[in-house]
Amino acid sequence: MKQKSTEITPDSARSLCTDYIPPGCHDEMCDPAGEVRPHWLYLMEALEQMGPVELRKRRDETWRQMRENDVTYNFYGERGGTTRPWKLDLIPHLLESDTWAGLESGLMQRAELLNLLLQDLYGPRKLVSQGVLPPELLHSHPGYLIPCINPGMAISSQLVFYAADLVRDRNGETCVLSDRTQAPSGSGYALENRIVISRVLPSLFRDSHTHRLASYFRTVRHTLDSHAPSSDEKEATIVLLSPGPANESYFEHAYLANYLGYTLVEGSDLVVREERVWLKTLEGLRPVHVILRRMDDSYCDPVELREDSYLGVPGLMNAVRAGNVAVANPLGSGILESPALLRYLPELARLLLGQELMLPSVETWWCGDPLERQHVLANLENLVIKPVHQSMGFRSRFGDELSTADREELKARIQANPLHYIAQERLPMSSLPVFDGDSLKPRHAVLRAFLVAEEHGYMVMPGGLTRVGSSNDQLIVTSQAGGISKDTWVLATEPEKQVSLLGERQHAVYVPERHGAVPGRVADNMFWTGRYAERAEFVSRLLRLALQFLETGEGAGTQAFDRLLVSVTKQTMTWPGFLNLPTGDPEAARNELYRVICDRSSSGSLMQTLSSFLRTARSVRDRLSSDTWRIINDIDDESNALYNIKPGNIIDALDEFDNLITALTAFSGLTLENITRGRSWRFLDMGRRIERALQISRLLESMLSTSHGIDDESLLRDSVLTIVDSLMTYRRRYREDAEIPLMLDLVICDENNPRSLAYQMTRIEEHVAGLPDKRDTGSRSEIERLALETATLVRLADINRLSTTTKQTGSRELLHEFLGVLAGRLPALSNAITAAYFQAAEMPHQLVRLRSGEDS
Amino acid sequence: MRYRVTHSTTYDYSSNVSLCHNVARLLVRNTRQQRCLSSALHIEPQPSSVNEWTDLFGNRQVNFSIEKPHNRLVVRATSEVELETGAALDMLFPVSWESAAEMMKTEKDTDTLEARLYLLRTDFTEAGPAVVEYAQSSFPAGRSLIEGVEDLMHRINRDFTYDPGFSTIATPLQDVIAHRRGVCQDFAHLAIACLRSMGLAARYVSGYIETLPPEGKEKLVGVDASHAWFSIYVPQRGWMDFDPTNARIPLDQHITTAWGRDYADVAPLKGVVYGGGKHRLGVAVNVERL
Repeated sequence: MKQKSTEITPDSARSLCTDYIPPGCHDEMCDPAGEVRPHWLYLMEALEQMGPVELRKRRDETWRQMRENDVTYNFYGERGGTTRPWKLDLIPHLLESDTWAGLESGLMQRAELLNLLLQDLYGPRKLVSQGVLPPELLHSHPGYLIPCINPGMAISSQLVFYAADLVRDRNGETCVLSDRTQAPSGSGYALENRIVISRVLPSLFRDSHTHRLASYFRTVRHTLDSHAPSSDEKEATIVLLSPGPANESYFEHAYLANYLGYTLVEGSDLVVREERVWLKTLEGLRPVHVILRRMDDSYCDPVELREDSYLGVPGLMNAVRAGNVAVANPLGSGILESPALLRYLPELARLLLGQELMLPSVETWWCGDPLERQHVLANLENLVIKPVHQSMGFRSRFGDELSTADREELKARIQANPLHYIAQERLPMSSLPVFDGDSLKPRHAVLRAFLVAEEHGYMVMPGGLTRVGSSNDQLIVTSQAGGISKDTWVLATEPEKQVSLLGERQHAVYVPERHGAVPGRVADNMFWTGRYAERAEFVSRLLRLALQFLETGEGAGTQAFDRLLVSVTKQTMTWPGFLNLPTGDPEAARNELYRVICDRSSSGSLMQTLSSFLRTARSVRDRLSSDTWRIINDIDDESNALYNIKPGNIIDALDEFDNLITALTAFSGLTLENITRGRSWRFLDMGRRIERALQISRLLESMLSTSHGIDDESLLRDSVLTIVDSLMTYRRRYREDAEIPLMLDLVICDENNPRSLAYQMTRIEEHVAGLPDKRDTGSRSEIERLALETATLVRLADINRLSTTTKQTGSRELLHEFLGVLAGRLPALSNAITAAYFQAAEMPHQLVRLRSGEDS
Repeated sequence: MRYRVTHSTTYDYSSNVSLCHNVARLLVRNTRQQRCLSSALHIEPQPSSVNEWTDLFGNRQVNFSIEKPHNRLVVRATSEVELETGAALDMLFPVSWESAAEMMKTEKDTDTLEARLYLLRTDFTEAGPAVVEYAQSSFPAGRSLIEGVEDLMHRINRDFTYDPGFSTIATPLQDVIAHRRGVCQDFAHLAIACLRSMGLAARYVSGYIETLPPEGKEKLVGVDASHAWFSIYVPQRGWMDFDPTNARIPLDQHITTAWGRDYADVAPLKGVVYGGGKHRLGVAVNVERL
């Protein structure tokens, strides 16, 4: 390739591009002669100037940001699904404005065409009755939902979102590989890619005059607002309906909900009453006007659609039919994704639009048509065979990669079920440069373009999600197959005025409660996020101390140390643990500590607490700020580091504990400072306070309820103070006086010590007073009563009496009794809150399990 | 011939249901031989919403919801229908079953196009090798379509034992064919699976038969609840019903409620309930001549 700039040294130029040899297809960057295309020149010059070392730095920065923002994509199938960081390549995909303008009109036409097709397929069905579309093409596809067909009614449910996967053939002509109309994903990832790349390559981005993405999302908001059925409410309530954290693109659901300012909900957060959809919030039911659907439509309503679905909202179809709620995309839109439709599109464009189809599809044959089936069977080795729907349990296959036996098997399969298969020509997809750490390498690329309906027609996101294969010969490029994504720059001829939703987003990110709408499920998860975080922190301090004793030998062999170990078991409830172990055996102690820390299968282990914490935190990710996410990822890292410690080396955990405790403390600080004091925060902090009070009282019970067998209690005292993180305060105040009463005063009664029981109770009472009223159930008063009783008990505690030991046994009976009451009331308080706010009435279930009928 | 049909369904729950959303296909539709004079649902407790609409198959679907706590649900459908006995179909359609199957592919009239939906397999009509084999002996080469279907109906009636204790709706067709037992639903599904495996369009019909026939006429099987039979699409003629449970062509004793690809499309009453615990189901059907 030729260099335009004179400033760069030939060496660095060669090092970036020497290996760049496109694999015999159209290349986006280089023309057939190997010259860099004009619209890539500026970028390439800049990259060459940076050189591989600098590029590596920026690439690592890209990864770091993705990791810190916890941009993830869930993979199915591996160990029951795992979360992986989203992969983003440093080099953007560049599209010049002329090329883009052509694409844009083609995409808009296609969206309009699919919209008209949708209206007919679920309305008059003229295309079927006039013989244009074979009925079995539709009815053999699981996306054609018969209950959504309403021949008698003029349907006005518009196709709102449309995405197309685009590839370029050998000649550089763009064609559509597949249409996405169900619940197209990727626009949020595209946005996040843009945010990261524009930060990592700021001046390049600025000077390249790239079209901004914000206008697309503004149109999304405007369009969804306009879909709200007319009502008395001034502002429409719009929710984003997600299948939940297990979904592959859950990150994006939470991300978009925040960015757009919608409440992220799961099916169980919604209920249908009076033919309307309601959001179950802490305050009661709130009407929902528009549902942005990220769940496949067949799962949306177990009454009329898939009866085995527990993800959906029973009665939703009826509410839609009554015109009281709009769903985008409309239920039933999945049929438009059938690749069997592709070959009919040119004819449909002429019929429905009176136009020629501008953007061709990859040539496709549907095996349901006898003639086409013959062609497919005769030319298998030149084709890619795909199912018409992913539910058919069949992965795309390249005919030429099959053995003769496999090919015969595939033929038999097609002949047995021809309606379910299509074949596409093998397209030599175009290639794009990817930075592999040293130089640029060509990779096959697919561009997903996004469209949203607007008042007259459709608008195309100026950009999109480019994905490339992870290796040179990878021809199926999907995120599930481990592909890498790229930012996509549509280059403007003129610099563009900057518009962004980020101003609005600043509010939206931390205040998704702008309608005060907190689903009970969210409050539940916030509460437990608080409880698990606190439990992990408290237990970590305890375990760190135990390990320190073991390592230094300090206190080893003392009764105080034995008691500390027993309290490890009691605090974590990892029975029988140290209760059954002989004392004074450091080896056995190390093994047991290893189990308590690292054993994932052991109930109560630190590892389990941490993974519960991560799970609940991830399920409320839309409620937590991105800074908080950074900390949560640190906690995840530390948790993995602990987990990887070998059984014999548990002492190594000491280093990790320092980091872990720092991260957990940072989490607690951030949640205190960085979350708006909305309802959901209240539940998080309440969970934390209840857990802390419970942990403190358990610790006091196991360490101090008896002085029997302890000659010197100073070690016990210091241990307790270390674990509750109050040692410094104590020393500052009391110097070296080894007084149990003074210590109990600090840990139980001192309202100024944020680690005292009294302090927790004050916070709990404040939270309880701020809870939404649930007087109709009577539960509120139960919560209030428990909080008041417990707080009073703590406030009235008489430290001198509690410290008294009985002469004969050495036990502190009053302290034991006092802690016993706390150990009963705090869980009762937690349960009362659960009963009043979290429990979603009853689970809905089918009246008739299909096939248990009453018929003769 | 005029009939009055009452069909009552009662669910008794062991604990309260706080909310339910239901779909009923209990209202009687019009057909070529049948005129619905009146058809109404009585639901207890009072539903908060009731909506009737027509589904793809032309059936009358009623969605209703009950939003107050209840431990008993009663749905009673009362209908009066008139059957036109004179409208017997042309039984002498001479076309072979092969030509009929071919016509399903080639004819482009609206009726045939609409009927092609009923060529497709469904969960309830999955045709294993045993089904295909069973079907084939009724359709030797060149036999007329109607003769073949009639033969199939008679064979099912002869080969299979009507046994309400044997099958539930969950019993797959393979079991039915292996044990040669079942109820009207199974026989209808079996016939449909057989016909579809031969490339013919067949649909599932749900309805009732007369409870107590006039003196001198035999009492039919399947009177205590809703009944089921099948219908075959005869190209250029239309749909023709067959009742394999009673080995007869329905004429003036079969009242049609709804039809579809299989039972799942026409389940008389289904729904989703919140709460309710266990339930006890009671069904009573009465069909009387007026």
